Parts: sequence; structure tokens; C-alpha cells
Amino acid sequence: MKTFSLPRIVFVVFCALVLLYLILPVLIIVPMSFSSTRFLTFPPPSLSLRWYEEYIGNAAWMQATRVTFAVAALTVLIATPLGVAAAYAISNSKMRLMRIVHMMLMLPLVVPIIITAVGIFFVYAKVGLVATMSGLVLANVMLGLPYVITSVVAGLQSFDPAQEMVARSLGMNRLRSFFAVTLPQIKASVLTGAIFAFISAMDETVVGLFISGGQYQPLTKRMFTALRDEIDPTIAAISTLMTAASFLLVLIASTRQKKSG
Amino acid sequence: MLALASPALLVILLLIVLPVGWLAWQSIYHDGFTLENYRRIFSEAIYWRSFSLTFQISLLVTVLALLLGYPIAYAASVVPKGWSVLILALVILPFWTSVLVRAYAWLALLQRTGVVNQFLQYLGIIDEPLALVHNTFGTVVATVHILLPFMVLPLYATMQKIPHDLMQAGASLGGSPSHNFWRIFLPLSLPGVLAGTTLVFVLCLGFYITPELLGGGRTVMVSLLVSRNVELYDQWGAASAVGVVLLVSVLVIFLIVGRFIPLDRILGQK
Repeated sequence: MKTFSLPRIVFVVFCALVLLYLILPVLIIVPMSFSSTRFLTFPPPSLSLRWYEEYIGNAAWMQATRVTFAVAALTVLIATPLGVAAAYAISNSKMRLMRIVHMMLMLPLVVPIIITAVGIFFVYAKVGLVATMSGLVLANVMLGLPYVITSVVAGLQSFDPAQEMVARSLGMNRLRSFFAVTLPQIKASVLTGAIFAFISAMDETVVGLFISGGQYQPLTKRMFTALRDEIDPTIAAISTLMTAASFLLVLIASTRQKKSG
Repeated sequence: MLALASPALLVILLLIVLPVGWLAWQSIYHDGFTLENYRRIFSEAIYWRSFSLTFQISLLVTVLALLLGYPIAYAASVVPKGWSVLILALVILPFWTSVLVRAYAWLALLQRTGVVNQFLQYLGIIDEPLALVHNTFGTVVATVHILLPFMVLPLYATMQKIPHDLMQAGASLGGSPSHNFWRIFLPLSLPGVLAGTTLVFVLCLGFYITPELLGGGRTVMVSLLVSRNVELYDQWGAASAVGVVLLVSVLVIFLIVGRFIPLDRILGQK
């Protein structure tokens, strides 16, 4: 970092441009959402809350928002305990079989989402789960599990299992020693996993496109359908709110992570 | 211990193993065994074109992501801590923005009356708005944007572990900075390159949202072929067969790459 040679300047400018390319599209939706005109002009001619009012005043958008939050909350409530239990089993077992189990639990990350979506649609069509709330929640639990498991397995790696042994040797049973000794020490990683499962459910689009319908359509499905037809600035308002929600959650997760070291 | 993992395992079995298995079954069974669906994939031009287009776009996106991502990851690994936190934050923030939101942003940026066209016209560089979206160009621009963090993060994870002493040792032995980069840094960063390129390529193969929204009906990638066969033509067998070929391609790539670097290192980034 001492000389300002030409290659170094080119390198710095190049990096700055790439970072701009990364961040600009994420930021551009904010001024768009506050624009007073339907057509996108930049900078917006005047500011207004028109598109936010349109969003809040629209019964279909509001219903979709309720569905999204209900699905994401239920997904976290189910995926977190299942994921923590599985992560605990993976970390504490030396069985070869467990490695295969671990790999299988990561399958949602390996299989292209379009294949998962169509496959679930076929199965749901047979058992009557298409366009139901439970169908949507179940699919999102499956998609969220790898996030919880990855985070908690990492958390358990830095936890000394001998502590739990001590608790058990003092007469606690396995379950109590887990809740009293282990869980408090891995709670940051559990929270991180839960938050990522929530964001994953909130942002999930492709599976929802195939299996949701009627009154149980999440926000992303309504947005996707609206985008195929025309560019409605209401979507900019919704996008801004969704992005703000994601960033807030990631911020909580990362500060928690730091606190626990 | 297995009992503890079984509820999660049950969810996975019922909601991904069974559905994908069913899909595979449907691709070869329709009132009796048939390979008709596969024969069509390998003989009809529309399928061939779609597969070849998908591989070409994935390759292009991977190369572009590497060219844009490598310098960023390198910068993040050599600058002082405060700067590297800033760089990584700028990479991770888009990562946690919904793919749909980012596709929408690109649609707004690149359309005929969009910000980019308006800006270029304002500068007087063009007279007529350029067709930047509803084609392969728009799809590639947005897909690279969405997948770039998947390239930068594994690259950074590898580069961060390369000891600075090695470069200093190279310099003290008389190597020029560029010599040291090509002979020391680059070879040591190759595992990250392999992890990042694999992840981006494989994710791109199955990408659905950007080609659907920004491709304008012309960029029929494999995922669109699957969805159209289901939604428009009700051809579940054909959709399944295309899905199986896509899935096998992805698994083969993971298996080959898995021989060189552990798979959880690739998937850990997701």
C-alpha cells in the first residue's frame, strides 16, 4: 500500500466498480419505492408514500403478507428443534451411518430448486396438499433444515462435550444436562440458524410458485406473478420492506454471534 | 443418537427424497415402462438447444463471476481489517436480499425506460434505448450479480488462510510482486477457485427466477423447460425426464469435484 502505481490504481477502480455493481441494484429499489410517478425515473421527480399506501391498502397484498409471516414463523418453530436435535446427534455420534444422515440432511442445498419444486408438486397433488398452509410450511421446514443444522453443528464444534459429561456424572439425565449446560452455550448458533431459516422461508419463491394457491399464496408468489405482467412500483415498496427485514435479522444474528465469541 | 436425528430425517425423506424419487419414476413409467421421454430429450431439437444454452450460459456466468470475484476476494484478503469488513459487508448484503427482489431491481434498471438507458441517452452515447433486458444479456447480468457472492465467499475463505509471510519470503528472495502473485498466491488460492466455480456453475444450471423474469421467453434454460412442461403442457413425464438429466448432471459435477475438495467445504458457503 505504499506506491500509487498505475496497475494499483486500475485494480482499486476495478474493485470499486464491481462492488458498486453488487450493491447498486439492492439500493436502487429504495428511491424507486418513494417515487411519486408510476414510471421509473431516476432521480424520482418528487417523493411520496403512494406505493406504500397502495400496498397497505390492498387486501390481496396484506393477505399474502400474513401468509408469508405465518409460514416463516411456523417454519422456524418446527425446523429449529428438529435441526438442533439432528445437529446434536451428528456431533455426538461416531457412527459411519451418521455421516450419510448428515449428507442426506444437506440434500435441499444440492438438488436444484426447480426439481425439488416440481417433485413436491407431484407428491402434493396426489395427497391433496397443494394450495394448503400445511403444505407450504412443510416444504419450508425441509428447505430451512440445512441452515439450522449447519449453524448448530458449527456451534457444537466449539463446545466441550466433557462439560455435559460432568453434569451427567453429577446425576442429571441427558435431556436435563443438554438444556442446563449445552443449550445456553450454543444459543447464539441456534438463534443464527433460526434466523436463516426464517429468511429462507420469507424469500422462498420457486417452490411456492408451484404448490401455493388460492388464499394461501405467499408474498413472493404474488410479486412474481405481478412482475410477469408489468412493473408495478408497489413491488418496489414491498421489496424495500423485505430487504429491510432481512438486513435487520442478519444484523441481529451477527451481533449475537460476536457476543458469544 | 439416530433417534434424535430421525424427525429431521423424516422431513427430508418425505419432502425431497420421495418427491425426487417419484419424479424419476414418472420419467420412466407411464402405463408401463418407457424410455420415450429420454428419447425425446436426446432427439428433439428444442430439448437439445435448451440443454446446450443452459451449459453455455452457466459457463459464461461462471467465468464472469470468477473474473469479477477474484480481485474482490483478493482485495478483501490483503487490505487492513476495517476495509476487508467493508468489502465483505458489500458482498454479503446482496446475498441476503431476496433473489426475486434483485431480479426486480435489474428489470427496473435495464428496461427500455430504465435507469441505465435513460442515463446513456442523457449522456448522448445512444439515441435509441438499447434492448438490455428480456434477452440473454439481461439474464446473464442479473444471474452474475446474484451468484457473485457464492464465488467471492469461498475464494476469500481460502485466500485468508494463505500466510502473508510466504509473499514476503518471495519478495526477499528477489521475486517481483507479479511473479510472487502468479507463482505463490494464485496456486495456493486454487482450492477456493474450484469451490467457487463449482458452486456458481451448479447453481446456475438450475436457475429459474432470472431466466423466467429477465429472459423474455427466449432464454429457455432447462429449469424453464421443466416448469413449462408441467404448467403449460401438462407433460409430467417429459418434465420429470428433463429434471432427472439436470439432477444427474449436478450430482456428477459434485462427485468429480468432491474427489479434489471435501463437499461440505463447497456447500458450507450456501
